Formats: sequence, C-alpha cells, structure tokens
Amino acid sequence: MQIDVHALLQVLVMAAVIAFTRFLPFLAFPEGRKTPRVITYLGGVLPYAIIGMLVVYCFKGVSVVSYPWGLPELIAGAFVVGMHVWLRNTLISVFGGVAVYMILVQLVF
Amino acid sequence: MTKKSFKRAFRDSLPIMAGYLALGIGYGVLLQSKGYSFWWAILMSVTMFAGSGQYAGVDFMASGASLLTTGFMTLIINCRHFFYGVSLLEKYRGTGAAKPYLIFGLTDETYSITATTVLEDDINPKRYYLFLTALNHSYWITGCVLGAVLGMFLPFSSEGIDFAMTALFIVIMVEQWLSSKEHLPAILGVATTVVCLLVFGAEYFIVPALFLIAAELMLFRKKLDKPESEAPHAD
Repeated sequence: MQIDVHALLQVLVMAAVIAFTRFLPFLAFPEGRKTPRVITYLGGVLPYAIIGMLVVYCFKGVSVVSYPWGLPELIAGAFVVGMHVWLRNTLISVFGGVAVYMILVQLVF
Repeated sequence: MTKKSFKRAFRDSLPIMAGYLALGIGYGVLLQSKGYSFWWAILMSVTMFAGSGQYAGVDFMASGASLLTTGFMTLIINCRHFFYGVSLLEKYRGTGAAKPYLIFGLTDETYSITATTVLEDDINPKRYYLFLTALNHSYWITGCVLGAVLGMFLPFSSEGIDFAMTALFIVIMVEQWLSSKEHLPAILGVATTVVCLLVFGAEYFIVPALFLIAAELMLFRKKLDKPESEAPHAD
C-alpha cells in the first residue's frame, strides 16, 4: 500500500495546531491569574467576524463572470440560510443544502 | 456518584450524538470521495477531533497544500477555540489528570454544553466532563469511520459533496446572527474579506483580511465592548 507521506504530515500539523489552539489559554492564563480585558473582548467579538471570513473563504474559487456564474453556490447558499432561519435545525440545513448543491452541479448546470 | 455522573453526561450528549454521527458520516463520505480510505478517517477523527478543521483539512490534502499553508489555515479556522478555553478556565480548574484530555477534546459542541450546564450537587464535575468529552469523541470517530466505509458503496456520484463545509459555516453564521443583537463583527468579517479577496486575489487574501478584521475590531472596541456581552454561540 502506497502511503501519502505529505498528507500524513498535513494531518500531524493540523492535529498539532488544533491542540495548540485549545491548550494555549490554559497555558497563557494558569490557574489563579486574571485574564486581560482585551482578550475577553476579542473573545466576544472575534468568533462572529471569523465565521463571516470563513464563509467568504468557502466561495473563493467561484467565478461570477463565467458560466455558471456562481449560481449553484448562490442558490444552495440561499437555501441553507432560508432553511436555517425557518427550522434552525443544523442537520436539515446542512444536508438539505448539500443535496440541493449536488443536484445543481450534477444535473442542472 | 460515578454512575450518576455518567447518566447525566450521556443524557446531555444525545443531541450531540445525532449531530456528530450525521456530520461525521458526511465527512467520511467526503474523505472517501477524494480518495482517502477509512484509515484516514480514524487517524483524523482521533487526533484532530474538529468538525470544521477536518472538513477544511480534506481540501488542503486533496489540493496538496504546503505544510505552512495547512498549518496557518488550520490556525485561523480553529483560533476560536482559544476563546472557548478562556471562558472555561474556571470550570476546568482542579480536574487533575483528566484536564489535558478535556482540553484536547474541547470542540464547539462540548464547549456549548460545559459552558452552560449547571450540575447538581450529587454529580462529580470532573467525571461528568470526562464522560461527556469521551462520549462525544466516540460518536465523532464512529460517524467519520461509518461515512468512509459507506462512501465506498455510494450508488451515486458524490460530486458537489464538498459544499458540506460551506453549508456548515453558513449555518454557524446564521445561528450567530439570530442569537445576537450586535451584527457589526459579522458584517466587518464578511465585508473586509470580500474586499481583500478582490484586492489581493484568492491566493493571498486571508492574512491581510485577518489583520484588518482584528484592527477594525480594536477600532470599534468602545462601541462593541459591553460588560454584559453574550458569549459567542457555538456551532
């Protein structure tokens, strides 16, 4: 069996980075020390901004100037938003959106 | 006491079981569709234990991204964990030998429970947190592996299944939007990133976007920093 060494290293890097993001606060602010105000402030607002950034990141490869003009992404994305505002069920929104997108790219466009 | 703690942890974990099995299966199918067998599903779900991080990770692996890019993007996607930890410093105090594992397994979903749950006096918090984290981890591994195995026998084309990551992020954003009155951080995040994407191009926009967003948030600190600010909503 051929082992993809680069992918294996990628997994190790990702696992290490994720563990780092989880351990850092406990290392930076050991038991019994007060957390700086600016950190709690950023903790309150940054997650909202980062998710906005990641949503845009997901659409980075979409071209709106050539066929199909980003329509599958737009329609499926709008479907996810609509479903989630309506039912607020993560599973229905995600799987419904994926189903719509797969139908669009495989059968429609 | 141990039995009671386990019962309570199991009860609280049931919604997460449903979510992790479904999202894990979707992940395993995605992994398989990019040519990675269930061994990868086991390796990644055990060592990474992160939904959005793993979904994005498949993309980095399939596109052969450099280790530096992979590490940096993973850092951006998961830096929110830092703030989960900050708000759990108190609760996880004195959990002893279990503490490293509790921190390792601090996913959005586990956080959403441990940050909000109020335990009765006859429940041992240390054991409760440990059971909850381990149960969630086991659901996630099971889902990922199931998906990777199912993916081998999928009777239809899986083209387009990578939209799962996009859909997941959109859902988190909608959920945050609906549960918060202050929309400026979300708007800044989207608008700044779109501008950076147009100016710097799809290769290089993330780093400038990240720094600009942080700078803007510091600029708006007076307006946004309220003592009663709500905790970020977990996905």
